[in-house]
Amino acid sequence: MSFFIHFGRYVLLLKSLFVRPEKTSIYWREIARQMVEIGVGSVGIVVIVSCFLGAVVTVQTAYQLTTPLISKSIIGSIAANSIILELAPTVTVLILAGKIGSKIASELGTMRISEQIDALEIMGVHSSAYLVLPKILASTLMIPLLVIISAFLSIYSGMWVGEFTGAVSKEDFMTGAIQYWIPFMANFALIKATTFGFIISSVSSYYGYYTEGGALEVGRSATRAVVVCCVLILLFDYILAQLLL
Amino acid sequence: MIEVRDLNKSFGTKQILKGISATFEAGKCNLIIGASGSGKTVLMKSIVGLIPVNSGHIIYNHDTDFLNIDDAGRKELRKLIGMLFQGSALFDSLTVEKNVIFPLNMFTTMTFKEKMNRVNECLERVNLKDANKLYPNELSGGMKKRVGIARAIVMNPKYLFCDEPNSGLDPQTSIVIDKLIKDITDEYKITTIVNTHDMNSVMEIGDYVLFLYKGEKYWEGHRNEIMNATNQQLNDFIFAGKFFREIKEQNTKRLSDEKNK
Repeated sequence: MSFFIHFGRYVLLLKSLFVRPEKTSIYWREIARQMVEIGVGSVGIVVIVSCFLGAVVTVQTAYQLTTPLISKSIIGSIAANSIILELAPTVTVLILAGKIGSKIASELGTMRISEQIDALEIMGVHSSAYLVLPKILASTLMIPLLVIISAFLSIYSGMWVGEFTGAVSKEDFMTGAIQYWIPFMANFALIKATTFGFIISSVSSYYGYYTEGGALEVGRSATRAVVVCCVLILLFDYILAQLLL
Repeated sequence: MIEVRDLNKSFGTKQILKGISATFEAGKCNLIIGASGSGKTVLMKSIVGLIPVNSGHIIYNHDTDFLNIDDAGRKELRKLIGMLFQGSALFDSLTVEKNVIFPLNMFTTMTFKEKMNRVNECLERVNLKDANKLYPNELSGGMKKRVGIARAIVMNPKYLFCDEPNSGLDPQTSIVIDKLIKDITDEYKITTIVNTHDMNSVMEIGDYVLFLYKGEKYWEGHRNEIMNATNQQLNDFIFAGKFFREIKEQNTKRLSDEKNK
């Protein structure tokens, strides 16, 4: 029963975003601000995570392929495909769900309990459209870009770690990565990233916007938002793989 | 003028407002008083449309029933409303100046210079001349309230709502805030509604006082009539403190002596 209540309110929140903005220029400015906060603000964590992801995938793949019958370039192929198909769009986004999701939910939750959202309503501002829409647009646009950065960094870090540890040379790694490259994998990764970007921002906004109570509930909303985002990301990861691959 | 007719509001099975009717006149400080949990905030938030009511009418300016207008009409009406919230509700990430300029940015086509002039005018009006660049977390409670008032009046509202303007303030600052609200009401001839349980405020600025008890209207009148009111619940509320009880006794004694003479 609770699921249907949440789902209904979530749909109503999304529906309420489609209104005529009070002043378009202010909404654009807010979208740009959110793009900087969500996108540029997450570059650091994406760089760190991606470098280690690429390195670990290469080392572990090399560890499993010990037979001399298989070409070393296969390591590059497996690593690059895993990174583009799954690690960059899903694992990176799961980490971003923690960072961006908790930020959005706690920001909106605090605004709700301190009556800042009521203040916007009293002024005649459509609070959900003004506060939530820019976050959803910014997140849906910026997360695919972060995933592209993540994929490039992971592949390059994997290549350099392979070279540094002697597991696979740079040339072999890149030969494998290019040889088994399927262009649709990039599209698939971007479709996933866009979907996950929407899930993170909309679900977190929902939990933040409907926070009730005090400071404790803001923390609870943020935790709930991150948990639900992670579960939905994994669920849609499977659904998209089943539908598109 | 705002007229409330037979307003009812329930949360689940608990009825919070029970058939409240009242008229809040323009150019006057209208006070809603009552103990905690009596329904003051629910009534105020219902009047401004933040809480949907179960039944009743909220008439703005004789002809606009707030509950029977569409979203666009409601939005237009809200541009005429300024509200000071209990916790001030300033936007944390914006400076004082940006908090006050926010409604102007959103709803007017004024130039930046015109907007800044208006912001400075409002900040001066609330005696906050040099606080433009400060953030809300750098302000005292009284300063936050004054910024809240400046933001509420920046659009020249016709209706001003103040929810517990004195909560958390010392008596001196409370009087400053009360005086400010009264002066602004007189100056702009606006309809002001103040939620309070501060008896000093009642005696300072209460042109019309509405007393709520357990969600019902128990008494209404001018602040000068409170001292001689016979309503038991009102007396229990107002004269809960020894200080006011003694004043009441002295007043009653004085009146009876005058009568005997």
